[in-house]
Parts: sequence; structure tokens; C-alpha cells
Amino acid sequence: MYNYTEFDDAFIKARNSQFRNQVKRRINGNLTEDEFKPLRLMNGLYLQLHAYMLRVAIPYGTLDSAQMEKLALIADRWDKGYGHFTTRQNVQFNWPKLTDVPDILDALAEVKMHAIQTSGNTIRNVTADHFSGAAADEVTDPRPYAELIRQWSTDHPEFQFLPRKFKVAVTGSKNDRAVIRAHDIGLRALLRNGKIGFEVIIGGGLGRSPMIGKVINTFLPEADLLPYLEAVVSVWNTLGRRDNKYKARIKITVHEHGVEKIKQLVEDRYNEILSTFSGVNHELLEEIKSAFAPPVFKSKGTKYFDIAYKENAAFRSWVDTNTHTHKISNYSIATVSLKAHGKTPGDATSDQMRQIANIARHYSHDQIRISHEQNIILPHVHKSDLPKVYNLLKSKQLNTANIGLISDIIACPGMDYCALATARSIPIAQEISMRFDELKLEHEVGHIQIKISGCINACGHHHVGHIGILGLDRAGVENYQITLGGDATETARIGDRAGPGFSATQIVPAIERVILTYLKVRLNKHENFIHTYQRLGIAPFKQALYPKESQSPKIQKKTYAA
Amino acid sequence: MTQIVSDFGFSPLDKVINYEFYDKASKTTKAIDLPSDADLKLFAGDLNQLKIIRIDFPSFADGRGFTLAKLVRIRGFKGHLRAKGHIISDQYAMARRSGFDDVEISQDLADRQPETEWLFRSNWKKHYYQSRLGFNKY
Repeated sequence: MYNYTEFDDAFIKARNSQFRNQVKRRINGNLTEDEFKPLRLMNGLYLQLHAYMLRVAIPYGTLDSAQMEKLALIADRWDKGYGHFTTRQNVQFNWPKLTDVPDILDALAEVKMHAIQTSGNTIRNVTADHFSGAAADEVTDPRPYAELIRQWSTDHPEFQFLPRKFKVAVTGSKNDRAVIRAHDIGLRALLRNGKIGFEVIIGGGLGRSPMIGKVINTFLPEADLLPYLEAVVSVWNTLGRRDNKYKARIKITVHEHGVEKIKQLVEDRYNEILSTFSGVNHELLEEIKSAFAPPVFKSKGTKYFDIAYKENAAFRSWVDTNTHTHKISNYSIATVSLKAHGKTPGDATSDQMRQIANIARHYSHDQIRISHEQNIILPHVHKSDLPKVYNLLKSKQLNTANIGLISDIIACPGMDYCALATARSIPIAQEISMRFDELKLEHEVGHIQIKISGCINACGHHHVGHIGILGLDRAGVENYQITLGGDATETARIGDRAGPGFSATQIVPAIERVILTYLKVRLNKHENFIHTYQRLGIAPFKQALYPKESQSPKIQKKTYAA
Repeated sequence: MTQIVSDFGFSPLDKVINYEFYDKASKTTKAIDLPSDADLKLFAGDLNQLKIIRIDFPSFADGRGFTLAKLVRIRGFKGHLRAKGHIISDQYAMARRSGFDDVEISQDLADRQPETEWLFRSNWKKHYYQSRLGFNKY
């Protein structure tokens, strides 16, 4: 992973002293709250329902054991002993005090971490495929480019006061594990005649106007990446609406002007920028690339794995759901589930963080990843170490064998934490998870992605869930709308609204009806929910959700606008 | 008294400059005002006929002025580029790196954003990622 140089360290140090100064000036009144707000957001500090919330950056979801241990220390010293891993591969602390934040930032700086641009109208954390550098289906590890983009976007003089936030995601695989089609810019690395280039997708996004991104460039050569991105953001900075924050994202700009017009403006701007761009220093680029060289993999037999797999049913179950094929034979990509039944999705206690750090240091070549699905990945585990890893995870309740199953739910923090929320999302996630555990149907149901958002901003990515749940507020009462058939992968799709919403007591039985219908109408147990939906459409599920309607077609229920 | 902020701190604006609004400029105009939403196609002249271009920041949250400044520099403007309006000291380095020579602020703003705070950010050539990556060679 990237090694911070003196330049990076000095930058963070200066940045932290600037922030310390900004806090002082806020307290003494030299900065109004309005002026302080974007400055604190630029350093990841939100004001939430109960307290400040600090969103720490985990660039492209990659960290090592020392960094994870520091997060655990911060959770213990300045927070309530836990952290929340997010759908953009960052980590959130929900209870810091404003006056402690400069100290927290200094503690982070000790392990080369920060909270720069995780919030505000800036270019945010560049996210990447959480299996980067490990999966066999990769053309190239996309993370050196994510790091390049991170540096380019950090404290960019032109782009600190954009019309809105700007999010970039990168993948090196045709199998999109980074949701690139729902980002402001999605980049897919390609190989053409032995050279690396990028498919550039623009204007994807969720929230109140979900849109799948459009291809604006089918092959952007590697050397042109940064000036091209600069052109995109520059054009949007000029055109993006500043009169209406709900119409400010680039997806709306593309929608309003047309993708061909935007593409032309970008090409024109790109050509102008080239005249003042000398090209990335070749040594700098090579330095970044070499930092992502793969670890020295070990060559060993898999005897311990083979025996444990045969003899230990719980271990076998965990391997079957939680591990993924690694590009190196006899290695494995292990996913640590942060979705224990009944627990808050994506949360980890400081104890759990320390255990993961410990395991990574000894058994994953000191590498850890955070996935947008709010789980933790150990990307490089030799199979012979998996039994030991499993036992260590088990000792801290990190061994839930449910990756990709119905209880592996993505849920935003919702009304329990977030000032923007219109409904609680965590209890719904917990109830669904526990219900299907109780029914012992998880494995029968197989692969399905439920995503829950506690408000229209869709931080839970509900639009691209196979089943999406959106929690709204109807005259002071929580009301949950269901969408079906969304897809967050390379076949990205926005889910279809099923109909009127359900109350907090009705929503879980409603989900149950959808699942039982699926079990009834699927071809066989090899047909996943999403494939059944694609084959049959919404009709059977709508019928199951609203049975009274289908019996009396004359009764028209009022459909609520989103 | 209006203050001009540069790398050396404050100096009061003592010269009167007659700015023409950019879309009313003629071939002999020497100084123009650009609003934050300026469309440079509406400037009829040649950038290098101008001694000074002043770009307005109606709100510090409106970052279009930085893009405008960049554009003007990319297109070869070698004269004086000044940012004016609601700009806070925390934006000084952004302004210099985008191509501005200095910043014009009201006395009210200068009172709330004293000189020391601007000088604190005047080391804009340091910790400059974009320059290090080959950008802003103007």
C-alpha cells in the first residue's frame, strides 16, 4: 500500500495546524458558523443529531494493522468504544467533542491517516474494488490510480467550493465491485494493445434522483487521466447549479445539458488544460505503482485447511460463504462479516478492530480492506491459515457466515444517528436479519442483497439493492417503501418501486412475503432472487406485497411519490 | 478602507481603478470586472489588452471564481488578476494557486479576518500537491 512520503506527512501536519486554528477562530468569533461549516466539513467533521461525527478517510478502503489499531485507540480514548464502517469505505466516529478533534487528527497523522475531504462540497474519498490486488478477474490493480487521483484532488485550489460533493470510484475488473455506475465519475481500467486506459462513466448517482452513469470515454489513456478528470470537474464547477442543491450534482448537469454536449465541453477544456500540464513526474508515478506491489506470497500445502474443511461444519459453512477465490493458488480472500444477527450493520468494537489488526498482521500480509458493503476484507490469507483465522474471528464474534446472504444487509446509520434521516434503518436491518435466522432460511434463499436507507439521500444505496428499503416520514410516522430488482454491479440498475409504503411493524412481514414468493416461483435453487426477478418481473412480488389489491382490482391505493 | 491582501499582508487600496463590466468592454478597455458566472465568450476583446481582471466572489462558498481565474491564465493572460468579495483567509492559497495575484476585501471582512490569519496561509507554494503532479504551469 502507499507509503506516505515526507511531503504527505508535512501536508497533514500543516493541515491539522490549520484546522486547530480554525476551531480557535470559530470559538473566538472570527469565523461565523456559516464560514466554519465548509472548513470543518473539509476535515470530515459533521454536526449530527446527538453529537459531532468524524468521518475518517480510508483511501480506496485500504489500511494496515497499525492503522486499524489506531482507530481502536481513538474509539476508546475519544469515543464510545466503537466505529462504523461506511458504504464509501470510510470509518465514522459518532461521539467526538469538537475540542478533541484536533487531537484526534494528530493521532491519525501518526499512522498516516486523516479526515481530509470526507465531507463538504469537495472531491471525496476515491473508492475502489475491495478485492483489488487479490482477485483473479482483474486487468490491473486500480489502486495506484486511486492514489494518484487522491493526491490530485487533495486541497485542489479550484475544487474546494464545488456546487456539491463529487465522488469517484475505480475498478480494475469487468465485475464491478465498486458500484462505478452510481458515482459522479466511475473508472474501469482496461488493457488495449498492452497499454492501460480507462472507460470513463459520468453522472451516476443515487439519492432523490437516482441515475445510472453514462460512458463519456471508451478508452482514456493512462497519461491523460488527471487532466481529463480536471476538465470534467472544471466544466461541472462552472455549470453545476448553485441555486438548488438538489439539482447540483453532475448527474443533473448531464441530464439537463445532454451527455454529448458535456462530452464536448470536457474535450475542449481538456485540450486547454494540457497547455499548462507538464505531465506527472515519471518517478512519482513509478513510486506510487511500486507501493502497490503484491506481497511475497508463501508457498505451502493446504493440509490444515483440507482437514478442517472436512471435519468442522461451522468452519466449512464460513468458508463457503465468506471466502472468495484469490488469484494466487492456495490463497484466499476472506470477508469478515460486520453483520452479526441483531447487531448494527457495519459497526465494530475497538476490541474487534484490534483482533482484525492482529489477524491481518500475522495472516493477511498486514493488509485490510473495507468494502462498500460495510464488511472487512482480509485480502491475502493462505488457505492453511484459514482455520486459525476463523477461530480468532470467532473469539470476538466476527465469524458470522453470512456474506452475500439475506442478513448481509447494507444499512445507513439512519435516524438513530443522523440529522438528515426520516426513519430508523438499523432496527429494520436487525429485525430482517434475526427473522430469517429464526426461520433458518438464509442458506435456502441464497445470494440476495438488501439495502436500507433511512432517508431520500440513499446512503444505504437502496436504489441498487435487489430489495431496497427506503424509510420516510408520513405525517410523523415511519413509512418504508420497497424497491425491487436493483443491481449494484456491472449490470447496474435502479430498483422498481413496488407500491405504497409499510409501517415499521408491517415492513418485515412484507419482506418475508417477497422472499417466500421467490422461493415459490424460482426455477430451482440455483436461480438467485435477482435472476428470478429479471425473468418474471415485478408482478408476482407485487401481488404478494399487496394481496387485497390483486383480489379487488377496483380498489386503487394511492401511490405515494418518493 | 478596502484592503488588498498579498503574500506580504494587507495594504490599503489607494488607487482608483475604473473597471468596465466584462461584456461591455471595448478594444481600449484596460480593466474589467468578471462576475462569478461569467461566460468568457461575452468578452469581446483580447485578454492581453487588459492590465487587470477582477473576479467577483459573491459568497465564499461560490468556487466558480477559481475556475474562471484558471481559465483566464490558461488562455494566456499575463496581467494582474485580483479576487474580490467574500473571500476568507483560508482560501488565500487556493486563490494564489488558481492564478490570482492578490485579494481585495472590505474593511469589515479585514477586521474579522486579521492580517495574521492571511499571513498564516501565505506559504502557498508549500504542500502543493497539484504543482507536484505537473499542473498549473503558468
